[in-house]
Amino acid sequence: MPNTPKLQQQDFPILFELGSPGLCAVSLPKSDVPQTNLSDSVPGDLIAAEPPSLPEIGELDVVRHYKKLSRRCFSVDGNFYPLGSCTMKYNPRINERVAAMPALANLHPYQDERDVQGLLEMMHRLKQYLAQIAGLADVSLQPAAGAHGEMTGLMMINAYHRSNGEERKIVLTPDSAHGTNPASCTICGREAASVRSKADGRVDLDDLRSKVDDNTAALMITNPNTVGVFDEQIAEIADILHARGAQLYLDGANMNAILGKTRPGDFGVDVMHYNTHKTFSTPHGGGGPGAGPVAVAKHLTPFLPIPRVILKDDGTFGWESNEPQSIGKIRSFFGQTGVLVRAYAYIRALGHDGLRDVAECAVLSANYLAARLKELYDLPFPSPYAHEFILVPRAANHGATELDIAKRLIDHEIHPPTMSWPVAHCLMIEPTETESLDTLDHFVAAMTEIADELENDPDVVRSAPHTMPVRRLDEVEASRKPIVRWPAD
Amino acid sequence: MAQQGDAMTIPADRRYSETHEWFLVEGEVVTIGLTQHAADELTDITFVELPDEGAEFGVGDAIGEIESVKATSELFTAVAGTVVEVNTALADHPELVNDDAYDEGWLLRLKVDSAASLGSLMKSKEYGNFIGSQ
Repeated sequence: MPNTPKLQQQDFPILFELGSPGLCAVSLPKSDVPQTNLSDSVPGDLIAAEPPSLPEIGELDVVRHYKKLSRRCFSVDGNFYPLGSCTMKYNPRINERVAAMPALANLHPYQDERDVQGLLEMMHRLKQYLAQIAGLADVSLQPAAGAHGEMTGLMMINAYHRSNGEERKIVLTPDSAHGTNPASCTICGREAASVRSKADGRVDLDDLRSKVDDNTAALMITNPNTVGVFDEQIAEIADILHARGAQLYLDGANMNAILGKTRPGDFGVDVMHYNTHKTFSTPHGGGGPGAGPVAVAKHLTPFLPIPRVILKDDGTFGWESNEPQSIGKIRSFFGQTGVLVRAYAYIRALGHDGLRDVAECAVLSANYLAARLKELYDLPFPSPYAHEFILVPRAANHGATELDIAKRLIDHEIHPPTMSWPVAHCLMIEPTETESLDTLDHFVAAMTEIADELENDPDVVRSAPHTMPVRRLDEVEASRKPIVRWPAD
Repeated sequence: MAQQGDAMTIPADRRYSETHEWFLVEGEVVTIGLTQHAADELTDITFVELPDEGAEFGVGDAIGEIESVKATSELFTAVAGTVVEVNTALADHPELVNDDAYDEGWLLRLKVDSAASLGSLMKSKEYGNFIGSQ
């Protein structure tokens, strides 16, 4: 380790500790409206005795402050980010250029549909592309996130069963399901029940058969699933459900691995959602905005949300709301349009062959890493993998855990992988298709060095990271006694 | 690290559920806690939410929540009864569950009409095998 800390390790004051009276980053023009006394318009008891103590800082120092802060950020633009399950792929700049075009960015949702024909045509086409990729009949762009898509899909499934005079109560999820799946069941007034997985990560069909009955509304499945395995039994799973009138819901979180290779509609899926931030390179928005379009098979199309964007007989595009069986409106206006524009740009930029390349490269990258690391770490599930895989530190790791390895990767300027889920003590690694062979080899070199350290110098792993502004945080104190104000006292 | 799965460390005087609670029967009172294995897996426990005294629960009911830096998990009872005492020390010292899950880290006591439902739970050796096989 170098003796002098790197720039990003150095501590620096926060904005409120900077500056001196009189410094200013802006020069306001002279006011050209008459001034009035504050006390004429604001009651006296609401006026503070003293002005707030705000920092007075010059523009250059503000720029430098935020530049320094930005150097502390881990991001896909700066670092390899193999965060399993999250698909942290590069978001091509073309998406941003298209979304920023004034003709799109400056539209208002209350504009007359005759004024926004271009946008409506784009949304109509995006629906068709997403339906085609899914192998399903139609799509709603309204849901504002993947979990919102799950809710929308389950509402449609409920409406479908109701239209057959049935109120089915149980939704099955494999034990490797995303936590959002059972949560969505509960939100939709259904009860979640778990289906066992076999040792190879695939659904235990006998357990499934024993649990599907006339009260089963649906099975929610992620395929490829969260342990990185594509379940080839999926068509049989669909048959087991359909034989009892239950629906097959696909959580499309891992569509990145199968784009252009296979279509959910072809393997029996009735309804699915996409996560546009995973599959179609829209921003992982730090909580939003997101988009979770939902695709459905023919028999579920009457239940799609309204309003729906349609191509009218006169060749123009418009909205249709006269759909009596629809579950209704599930998002204000028409969904997260700015995000959908980016997904559209991505699909158009890559085209059919390009999307298939995405899946092939994502799968190749994951399997390459697994093959390079299998001698050093345990891989609990048999290869080949889809777009991600799970590895577990060897038992003889001298007390070092998955957390220690994740922390040590930070010293190699690699974002820690997903940890401890869905298998205890695991790391879930998803390189995505956008990383070069050089970057993948850098990761292999880092994991090889860490394996060597675990053998010969485990303390260096257990005390990592060594190159960051902070080391191990006291997570218990941070959780129980968080300091949420400045100054701290 | 605790020696997980070692029968020596799993008390033989009580029963164990698949959701990693232990149940110690003393007359008509059953003391419920979390196993050391589960506490180790959860890592540092930061908060334990327990019911009020007098609350009544049926078999399989959620009786509280346990929160660690890693996860939040529900606690379940495998026996029906009325809460007669909760471990108030956990409010300020939830780490007691990590430090001593089988003794000072107990969670609550139920007064029960019958502890028969505990008969189907695992004994210490079976629980040791159960966590060893996971």
